[in-house]
Amino acid sequence: MDKKILIPLFNDDVAPRFDLATDVLLVEIKSNSDYYERVIVLPQASADDLCALATSANADAVICGGIGDEHYQYLTWKEITVFDDVIGPVKKILEAHKNAALSAGMNFYNA
Amino acid sequence: MTSRYKTCYLVGVKNDNTYLVSGLLNQQFLLPDLLNEVPVGIAVLDINGNIEVVNRTWQTITGAEPDSMVGLKCMLALRCDYCFKGCPVMASKADFNPISVDADIIDRSRIKIPIRLTVAPIFSKDNKLSGFVETIQDIRQVAELSSTASKAYSLGGLIGTSSQMVKVFSMIPSIAATDSSVLITGETGTGKDVLAEAVHNASDRAGSPFIKVNCGALPETLLESELFGHVKGAFTGAHENRPGRIKLAHNGSFFLTEIGDLPLSLQVKLLSFLDDKEIHPLGSSVGFKADVRVIVATHRNLKQMVIDKSFRADLLFRLNVVHLHLPPLRERGEDILLLKNHFLKDYCTKFNKKIKGFTRKTAKIISAYHFPGNVRELRNIVEYAVNFCDREYIGTEHLPAYLTEQDILRPVMESAKTLPDHAPQKEYSPAENWDHAEKRMIMDALVNSGGRKGEAAKRLGWSRSTFWRKMNKHSINR
Repeated sequence: MDKKILIPLFNDDVAPRFDLATDVLLVEIKSNSDYYERVIVLPQASADDLCALATSANADAVICGGIGDEHYQYLTWKEITVFDDVIGPVKKILEAHKNAALSAGMNFYNA
Repeated sequence: MTSRYKTCYLVGVKNDNTYLVSGLLNQQFLLPDLLNEVPVGIAVLDINGNIEVVNRTWQTITGAEPDSMVGLKCMLALRCDYCFKGCPVMASKADFNPISVDADIIDRSRIKIPIRLTVAPIFSKDNKLSGFVETIQDIRQVAELSSTASKAYSLGGLIGTSSQMVKVFSMIPSIAATDSSVLITGETGTGKDVLAEAVHNASDRAGSPFIKVNCGALPETLLESELFGHVKGAFTGAHENRPGRIKLAHNGSFFLTEIGDLPLSLQVKLLSFLDDKEIHPLGSSVGFKADVRVIVATHRNLKQMVIDKSFRADLLFRLNVVHLHLPPLRERGEDILLLKNHFLKDYCTKFNKKIKGFTRKTAKIISAYHFPGNVRELRNIVEYAVNFCDREYIGTEHLPAYLTEQDILRPVMESAKTLPDHAPQKEYSPAENWDHAEKRMIMDALVNSGGRKGEAAKRLGWSRSTFWRKMNKHSINR
């Protein structure tokens, strides 16, 4: 089944703060393991806008650093899996997600 | 200067995860041990802005595990908004004057915490940049105080002029000056948590952590590890050392709320801690002497629980050194008026409304109500009314339905001679409360709007997010 993942970016890493990220990576993983990546640049940082983007893009998961509880609960309510407190380069994180080895709180710089 | 360096020569020596400081007081110290005694969060960064060492307060404020943070870029560990707003360390500036700014972080519990951040470069004795030192202070109390500072008849968030409350206020300073355990009792919604924080803030420990644990919120096994900590490998899933909340409260106050829900096995362990002030993390043979002031609160009758053998008598004697009782709102007379106006002002500011007050009839209904949920219920009623009121004065129609539908209304209505003849009073069910009323309103709105949440929210005059939050609160299935 196709999957969509939304990752707020800071350079090549997951953004440390969900509410302060202006660049977002939207990854579509096809059932045949093909990846389609798209970077979206937001006009300003806003957690509300990111939540709206995640829901409108039908994201299945959000991978982020620090996120406020209200937005976390909102995304969870929308049945979007949130992997928060994740630290590290996006490439490594996506690889871990592909191998079903990703969980909240993982630090890929210590791995 | 040179002679000073000769007499007090500090050498940072990396030894596994510790740094040895030599020459200070002619002794050798471990740098983290020194920093841990400072009640301000401190992180030492290398010249690239990577974390070298953090102290215990830094860990308490951020909630991050220091072991996994060492070597990380500061912005990844601290998650401060200032990192994105021109922090000189992140911009790789070497030469800047120490800065002090108000900022915010998101801690590991997903709470946004306002902090005061200072960053300063560290230079070696030959004036070469060696790294940076960063300090953080939790300024939630300051932020709250600044908004409540001008309020009369209040102490640390508690408001009241009734004799019972004045008695409590007069006791706080003298209780705060000691380190005795405090037991706070009172019905639900009377402000036990606020009082505990007021005692902490009035004490000499005000600048140190105030750590709160709800005994009823966690299962027994988790609660033990949460309170006393554990060492790596103590049990399956213990991947790293965890200090425990009591250790985090070192030099501060430790507040156990709903102590009546503490399991008997942990009551013994808490008693042992209160006796020798030493905690032993799960799986560790090394104890830690924690200097904490213990404050506990409950809405239960602990004496009755002792008789029922669900609470240890010796623990009750230990905790019941100073006993503060918060009276229920219905016994506080004029305080209802004071609190009602206080909350009205508060919510008008929050919701940007211009409401002048309550109509006479509304005020009478509120004063006559018996408030089983106490101050919390009064606050909810005012919040509800401010949400619904589109006039200058809050009328009866803006109050939650359960207030105007119950027996209590009858004498008020009769005295006001406004009771319509044709409207039979709905019987008040004693089991009904504010939560039920709110849930029923949501359900009614959903039914009337055919399950469309947007429309239901509109009907209630709430925003979609408020509606969503309330649905969540009442566990209404989506």
